[in-house]
Amino acid sequence: MTNPSTVESAIRIQGVQKAFGRTPILRGVDLEIPWGQVLTLLGANGSGKTTLIKIIATLTKADSGRVVVGGMDTSSRGPGVRRLLGVVTHDAFLYDDLSGRENLRFFAKMFGLDRVDECVESVTEKVGMTDRLDQKVGNLSHGMKKRFSIARALLHDPLILLMDEPESGLDQAALRLLDAVISDQENPVRSVLMTTHDLERGLELGQRLAILANGRIAYHQSLDDVGVDVVREAYAKYTGPPS
Amino acid sequence: MKGYFGPIFAILAKDVLLELRTKDILVSVVVFALLVIVIFNFALDPTPNAVAMVAPGILWVAFTFGGVLGLNRSFALEKERGNLHGLMLAPIGRDAVYFGKFLGNFLFMVIVEAVIYPVFAVLFNLPLLVPGFIPVALLATLGIAAVGTMFSAMAVNTRSREVMLPVLFFPVVVPIIVAAVEATGVLIRGDASADLTRWVPFMAVFDAIFLVVCPAAFAMIIEE
Repeated sequence: MTNPSTVESAIRIQGVQKAFGRTPILRGVDLEIPWGQVLTLLGANGSGKTTLIKIIATLTKADSGRVVVGGMDTSSRGPGVRRLLGVVTHDAFLYDDLSGRENLRFFAKMFGLDRVDECVESVTEKVGMTDRLDQKVGNLSHGMKKRFSIARALLHDPLILLMDEPESGLDQAALRLLDAVISDQENPVRSVLMTTHDLERGLELGQRLAILANGRIAYHQSLDDVGVDVVREAYAKYTGPPS
Repeated sequence: MKGYFGPIFAILAKDVLLELRTKDILVSVVVFALLVIVIFNFALDPTPNAVAMVAPGILWVAFTFGGVLGLNRSFALEKERGNLHGLMLAPIGRDAVYFGKFLGNFLFMVIVEAVIYPVFAVLFNLPLLVPGFIPVALLATLGIAAVGTMFSAMAVNTRSREVMLPVLFFPVVVPIIVAAVEATGVLIRGDASADLTRWVPFMAVFDAIFLVVCPAAFAMIIEE
């Protein structure tokens, strides 16, 4: 099998369209994320950011268009694509009646990992939840669940991270941990697609920035190429002025 | 092969562990199935001659109606907490997710049947061990769980899932319920095995067909 990181882009999206009933959400999205880069995806509520993440993660099928992850088409190579992805969304995907350890052990087994306990302890340490590992997830706060959710996404050391508003519900300490995960120096190949409403965080963490508006990528730039003021202007134009 | 079966057994083990913690499915299903049997017993008050005729039907009504309750909870628990997407993010085929959930449903139904049957036997004055009943019950439960797991995944995405599951599920499982009732009747009456050789292969074929069709259909059902 080809090493996924040797193909040109981590994620390549071409002409993706998606409608729910008669309401079009995505009207032909084109986007490319190179290896080793963090792309911040901005957009107003309902612009289709979450839908796009779900399509890349193979949770939802696009009506038309093509999504290639690590050189693999999501429509035909689902399991291979999912092996490359770590996904953090609004839902933690954790079982309330199981402890953090039991949850992470379960997901480690789902990914066929060998040294399950070692992996669990390592990722838990990364998100600063070692002392809560044996507590029932249902008894944890939203922010703590989110930390375990990030640990779940990192269990198999994925080459690509998809993060849908990962900062929601996190305190300052957890935000610092999240920033460290996103700009992980130990994994220079890892690409991150992160959606957010926080432009400043997006500018701080991302190397590229895209804005989704009217079902299309209305703006996409490498932050090396443009000044921050230009980006702020574009953001205000497509989503309204930042608060 | 470990790569394929590992996640299937991980889902099964997770469902068993969750059930041991919450007792969400087993307690409610056992109580419901017991109530069905007790109500029928009082309502019909069957004579020894009538028992052989009505008992198989009552037994399978209790098993399948109880089974529907459990099947309804199976995917509802995943959906309510958004965990179905968690399962779908694993690097495995959708069929492996199906088989993991199917094994859990099958196991819970078998446990319920094992608890219900002795009570049923006492109430209807039947022997506690009817030779040949266990393989018949396992064959029928296999088919019911196979179909039920698929429709449970379909119904969970509808607003009225508690109503939707029986509406979708019963028309499809009627043949195997009829076969199970007939085969159980033959065993209770102690008839010659001629009839059994008709119903048992029928159930085996039903199981084989739906254990191929349902995982394939499941993949289409759970992706939005």
